[in-house]
Amino acid sequence: MQQEQFEYDTVRFKSVGLRYGNGPEILQDISLTLTPGSFHFLTGPSGAGKTSLLSLLYLARRPSRGSVELFGQDVTSAPRHRLPAIRRRLGVVFQDFRLLDHLSALDNVALPLRVAGASEAEIQRHVPELLSWVGLASHMQAKPSVLSGGQKQRVAIARAVITRPDLLVADEPTGNVDDRTAIRLMHLFREMNRLGTTIVIATHNEQLVRQMRHPRLHLEGGRLSILQPEEG
Amino acid sequence: MMAGIGLKGLFRSDLPVARDSSGGFLPWLIALMVFFAAMATTGSVGLTDMIARWNRDVAGTLTVQIPPVIGTTAKAKEETAARVERAVRLLQSLPNVVSASEIPADKLAALLEPWLGSRELIDELPTPRLIDVTLNPQARPSLEDLQTRLKDAVEGATIDDHQVWMSKLISLAEGLQKLAWGVIALVSFTTTTTVIYATRTALAVHRPHIEVLHFVGATDSYIARQFASRGLALGLLGGLGGLLGAVPTLWAIVRLSEGLQGGLIPAITIAPLTWALLGSFPVIAGLIAMITAHITVRRQLSGML
Repeated sequence: MQQEQFEYDTVRFKSVGLRYGNGPEILQDISLTLTPGSFHFLTGPSGAGKTSLLSLLYLARRPSRGSVELFGQDVTSAPRHRLPAIRRRLGVVFQDFRLLDHLSALDNVALPLRVAGASEAEIQRHVPELLSWVGLASHMQAKPSVLSGGQKQRVAIARAVITRPDLLVADEPTGNVDDRTAIRLMHLFREMNRLGTTIVIATHNEQLVRQMRHPRLHLEGGRLSILQPEEG
Repeated sequence: MMAGIGLKGLFRSDLPVARDSSGGFLPWLIALMVFFAAMATTGSVGLTDMIARWNRDVAGTLTVQIPPVIGTTAKAKEETAARVERAVRLLQSLPNVVSASEIPADKLAALLEPWLGSRELIDELPTPRLIDVTLNPQARPSLEDLQTRLKDAVEGATIDDHQVWMSKLISLAEGLQKLAWGVIALVSFTTTTTVIYATRTALAVHRPHIEVLHFVGATDSYIARQFASRGLALGLLGGLGGLLGAVPTLWAIVRLSEGLQGGLIPAITIAPLTWALLGSFPVIAGLIAMITAHITVRRQLSGML
């Protein structure tokens, strides 16, 4: 089982470039390999291309050049019908949360399970437990419109981790929560990572990066460098 | 409890499609379309029956006119009767003639009375005698041959084939029937086109939600099902509305047509099978809306990543 899990890299970028329309390249010649169970921070100044790099990871767009492999599958030109199965192995925390406003916190978190065909019994067993864990036990039926920024962020994180994804991609996941909740959420990510999930977290929080001591993918001017903890 | 969850699961939607206004007009439009379709279908079925009846009549009957011997003397009357007798015998001897009988003078006089006046006057007039002929519709004899043989037997005998004037009536009815089919085709086209545009609008409105569903691994089919369910519900609702409008209208037409009994145009009746067909219209409307919405969503989503 373990052997099978490590037959491929979770992420492999080869000379990836990305441009929007006819504009300049936002990402240039990115080559990157993330092995299963690795934990990386993605850092860089605003406008460096962090969100663009993440969008390639969660299959919101395809590269303009080069190739992207996820879980050993080339997704650069993979047919659309193959993408949902790959996306189900991903968990994504968006900076703007992207919760569905008409659904309750519980239904938002249950969404990836429902899409994957989980039974209602299974949903009722797992979702309330996770929402309680992130401190939203009393807000399960609340709609996002009545939740604070931090609460929405926790719902978004719960939605991303409910399926125990193989790759978790998070864009500023602790940006709207207090320090105590941030530490608690980072423990959650660390625990998931310990269980085998590959994690990439984009953040501006230098203190967090230093404390956690994981390698960082640093983007600057569309180019990527990999910095080990002692270098950071 | 389980049944409750099951039903809830069946009708629940991840997209707020039931709340947006893009499809709000659809039930009204579908109701109107189903109303027109019900009228056109009933008309078409009625015309089919009428044309079949007329065709049967045309194929199965003709009238032979025997000119009378001019004069009011007994001899003239006898000669006229002899002419009729010869013609009837000839007709009865033909293999494809089922029956041939003279229309009684009394009946003829009664038919002419409104136009020509008193019975005494009609008796004095040299009105032609008529023979009602029933033919075998499966093996209709050649009218040309029949005409020649009749003229050989009775000088001046002519055939009044109903087919000539009836065929014009049948052509008119067939034209109306085609028009009814045209209305049904137009109704189907309008419904389909409207559902396509309403679905495209809804897709544009819900694009951010659809992206989220894609990111969590939803297939196009999963997303399309949500729009298709909405299409089915709106189609059924509109279809039922249209049928509720059509049923009393058709019933009123049937009642009004009862006054036509005995004429060339028969009273309109709607067979149980036709009522059953009309009853299926809301389901058909729902299915059209559902399938159209599903296909439209699948096509639109194929342009997204």
